[in-house]
Amino acid sequence: MLSAEGLSHAFGSVRALDGISFQLEAGHTLAVFGPNGAGKTTLLKVLAGLLRPQQGRAAVRGGPRAIGWIGHQSFLYGHLTVSENLRFWASIYRVDAATQQRRAADLIARLGLGEWAQRPVAALSRGLMQRATIARALMHEPTVLLLDEPFTGLDLAAAAELRRLLGELVGKGRVVVIATHNVDEGVELATEIAFQHRGRFVQFSPRAGRSGPQVADAYRKAVAGA
Amino acid sequence: MLEPLKLAWVVARKDLLLEFRTRTAILSAVVFTALVLTVFNFGRDPTAVPTIELAPSILWVTFTFAAMLALNRAFALELENQALEGLLVSPLSRTSLYWGKLIANLVFVAVVEAVGLPLFVLFFDVPVWHVLLPLVGVIALATIGFVAVGTLFSAMVIRTRFAELMLPVLLLPFLIPPLMGAVQVTARLLGGRPVAEVLGWLRLLAAYDIVFVTLSTLLFPPTVDE
Repeated sequence: MLSAEGLSHAFGSVRALDGISFQLEAGHTLAVFGPNGAGKTTLLKVLAGLLRPQQGRAAVRGGPRAIGWIGHQSFLYGHLTVSENLRFWASIYRVDAATQQRRAADLIARLGLGEWAQRPVAALSRGLMQRATIARALMHEPTVLLLDEPFTGLDLAAAAELRRLLGELVGKGRVVVIATHNVDEGVELATEIAFQHRGRFVQFSPRAGRSGPQVADAYRKAVAGA
Repeated sequence: MLEPLKLAWVVARKDLLLEFRTRTAILSAVVFTALVLTVFNFGRDPTAVPTIELAPSILWVTFTFAAMLALNRAFALELENQALEGLLVSPLSRTSLYWGKLIANLVFVAVVEAVGLPLFVLFFDVPVWHVLLPLVGVIALATIGFVAVGTLFSAMVIRTRFAELMLPVLLLPFLIPPLMGAVQVTARLLGGRPVAEVLGWLRLLAAYDIVFVTLSTLLFPPTVDE
């Protein structure tokens, strides 16, 4: 469903991606952990088609329509309301009007945006903006979700709801890739775990029931030894 | 065939809604139009050159520079929260994006012209009522051409420094043919000459529209992908 073959990319002398290859099938979640500057965002941008790699190729079954992206930028228009933004992005992904209305109502309710749905996005706090961004990314029911630090700014309730949402999506056969520097986030959702350091996957393995602290320990050792 | 046009309208409707909400650019353009016409009105000696000889040039210089304000904002809207990246990674075709921007810009410039024309008549006391229909026709013909090129250049300069300065510098040389045609036709229409006398210029304007709308549509994808 999602594959990467020999992805390499450099910004000047800094290698952001260095020969990254992997494959993910339906219902799998890859959590990519790495320190700041490891190349996690670059990897997601390449997978999303936002950046052309200098070497290698990435393929998503279903093409751009299949991808849901949550990055550092929300893609939301500040002077449109949350509802208007969701409908606009759903239209761009060719979701019909009736489905747009149903999904927008559902996501707004689940992400606790009801009170804010008719307010301009510019009036939202950082956390509410992140919730709206998550709703925007899910409006077209993507089959591959690429999430760059998706828990940033979320309060405990919203983070829990996002975990539940992602769990449901994976249960329905969606593929999720989460990139984060925080090992505590995303471990419980992952079926595969990768540690990225200086553009390389220094480890890529199944989670195999490891707990958060075990993964954190393995991460520290892998990054220190790289 | 209809799908790309529908999506173009989704983009255009969003741009117009954003403009309706903020009214920043439209108000600036209308005020600018009124000010330029006022300056020209008081900055000339009506006894030295008859108004009817100066009026067509004044009208088109005003429209051209007011349109720049619209064109500058076309892609600036997409920089907020990096929405342009979201559009480029979505299944929206580059052609639909270009046409959406073109439609929104045409509506925007048409509004400015609709306000500017009565002001022009008021300030310069030019009898336009007997030639109103052909005059509106030539305004539409010239506007389509320069907005088509302007929309392309607006996308080209948006990620550069000093985009607002770069746009007129790049665009103005390309506007010479439609401006010449528009001024010639307007002068003859206001001078009471028959429409048959300006058919050559009208053909030039129509040819410019066809060539540059086609060229800009074709050149837009590599422009935004780079």
